Amino acid sequence: MVPLSWYIVLSAVMFCIGVFGFLARRNLLIIFISIELMLNSVNISLVAFSHYLQSMTGQILVFFVIAVAAAEAAIGLAIIIAYYKNNPTIKVDEINLLKG
Amino acid sequence: MTLPQLFFTYFAISMTILSVLVVTRRNPVHSVLWMLVLFIHIAALYLFLNAEFLAAVQIIVYAGARLVLFVFVIMLLNLKKEKTEKKYQDQWPVGAGISLLMIIFFVLIMGKITELPALGKYSIEAIQSEGSLMTIGKVLYTEYILPFEIASVILLVAIIGAVVLAKKRIE
Amino acid sequence: MSLSEILWVLIKTVLVVSVFLLHVMYVQYFERKVIGHMQGRMGPMRVGWHGLLQPIADSIKLFFKEDIIPSSADKPIFYIAPIIGVVAGVSTLAVIPLWSGFSIADLNVGILYILALSALASFSVILGGWASNSKYSFLGGLRSSAQVISYEIAMGLSLVGVMMMSGSANLSDIVNAQKGGWFIVPQFIAFVVFMIAVFAETNRVPFDLPEAETELVSGFATEYSGMRWALFFMAEYAGMFVMSGLAVVCFFGGWSGPAFLPGVVWFLLKVYSFIFLFFWVRATLPRYRYDQLMGLGWKLFIPLALANIILTGLIKLL
Repeated sequence: MVPLSWYIVLSAVMFCIGVFGFLARRNLLIIFISIELMLNSVNISLVAFSHYLQSMTGQILVFFVIAVAAAEAAIGLAIIIAYYKNNPTIKVDEINLLKG
Repeated sequence: MTLPQLFFTYFAISMTILSVLVVTRRNPVHSVLWMLVLFIHIAALYLFLNAEFLAAVQIIVYAGARLVLFVFVIMLLNLKKEKTEKKYQDQWPVGAGISLLMIIFFVLIMGKITELPALGKYSIEAIQSEGSLMTIGKVLYTEYILPFEIASVILLVAIIGAVVLAKKRIE
Repeated sequence: MSLSEILWVLIKTVLVVSVFLLHVMYVQYFERKVIGHMQGRMGPMRVGWHGLLQPIADSIKLFFKEDIIPSSADKPIFYIAPIIGVVAGVSTLAVIPLWSGFSIADLNVGILYILALSALASFSVILGGWASNSKYSFLGGLRSSAQVISYEIAMGLSLVGVMMMSGSANLSDIVNAQKGGWFIVPQFIAFVVFMIAVFAETNRVPFDLPEAETELVSGFATEYSGMRWALFFMAEYAGMFVMSGLAVVCFFGGWSGPAFLPGVVWFLLKVYSFIFLFFWVRATLPRYRYDQLMGLGWKLFIPLALANIILTGLIKLL
């Protein structure tokens, strides 16, 4: 039997790698992928808890996370495309039109 | 080590390596491809945890729809000069420091967890007698019907938002 | 799971996959013959009696051809793209029940498994087109990714009606639920939507925009040659077989039929009549324009599939 804590550690490590990608990368698309990575790592811990506590709540939460993340990705990518039409760059440090 | 632990060790090591590959590739398409491999690993881990339905949804929604959408957007944008520019922002050491701090923080919290809530009624036998799909459906449409409806509203808002953002302005 | 069970699964897998690959080889001969006769030609006639050995000659030729890789291609992705397609296509076979009680894995989420793997198969076309680093291939990949996203939704939604009728996503249960009558009658709308979505999903005429010989010089496969091209080809035919199998299981009662023939023969007869439909359509219809394809998917088939779900729900309720 695999202890619950192993899953949580795996999830935490993946989450932190996602945080690093989110904070350090310049490419907006990779930043989006890092967000997906963070959401997925949380999902792993939720499913693990659901299995070990014999409760369905974790799996339902994962279901909602997937649904809401789909909305987030659709809107986010639409914003990227809309921005790219005006100013063809997807480097976050070059996206500074609002800076005075 | 028992066989399940061996399997888990393989998954843990390869998933960590894959995550690092995902966030460090220069080319976004390579990132997406490693993400695809990572998602397949995650789906396998879900199977391990008796969540067949979520494993299938993971592949259909994430790999089948989300990543295809990412590749589609990457193809729409012209990323040729990506190859020569620098990958990381200037403040990347701060990012690395924060993520390291977070790992330490998580591990410290882990040590503090001493007791878990009481076990629920959905044991492996209970789920297997009805099937994972049936169980999750019943819970979703009884206990969680309100969040379910709200999620559908969020998706509707996202559809409208994406259409508004993407459509051409007609003068 | 004991050792003998694992061994039995392995034997079943090897058996099904090898027989399947033989079918994939010969279905291409079948296609050339059918289309030939529809166009008043004979089709392949030279190699063997009525060209029966043609597929073997073709595969030997493709096997020994030079494997050309464009110098500006993204090599690792270029290498693995065709393999993704074949692996996804062949592993879908695991859940399809060939006759009563026979499937390699009797999954509770069978339909979802097939949908998931067909989604993965689309990556081979997209990545193959992207990695070739040529304009035609790139356009093919771009078209494929948009097409796949649109039509997968319609396909999934049309199968929801079948799942509601049978109360299960297990393919054997779905076949057993059709004892009283095939689902083609109550789920006719779903069947039409599903069939058209399948044509788009497998990149067949009239929706073969990713490869469109006349405009994109066979699109995503332009830069591929030899064995890798053959793998793409195999993946397309494997997809056709699997989708025909899914249509037979979901709408035409799977292995069921009058008792004078065994179940597997009925199953194969039904699958081959669907394969014939693919060829018939190819010989008959012209290709769609790209905006027509997207409009059709989003404005007609997705609403139709949703309406079918509501209708099925109402009928189940009453």
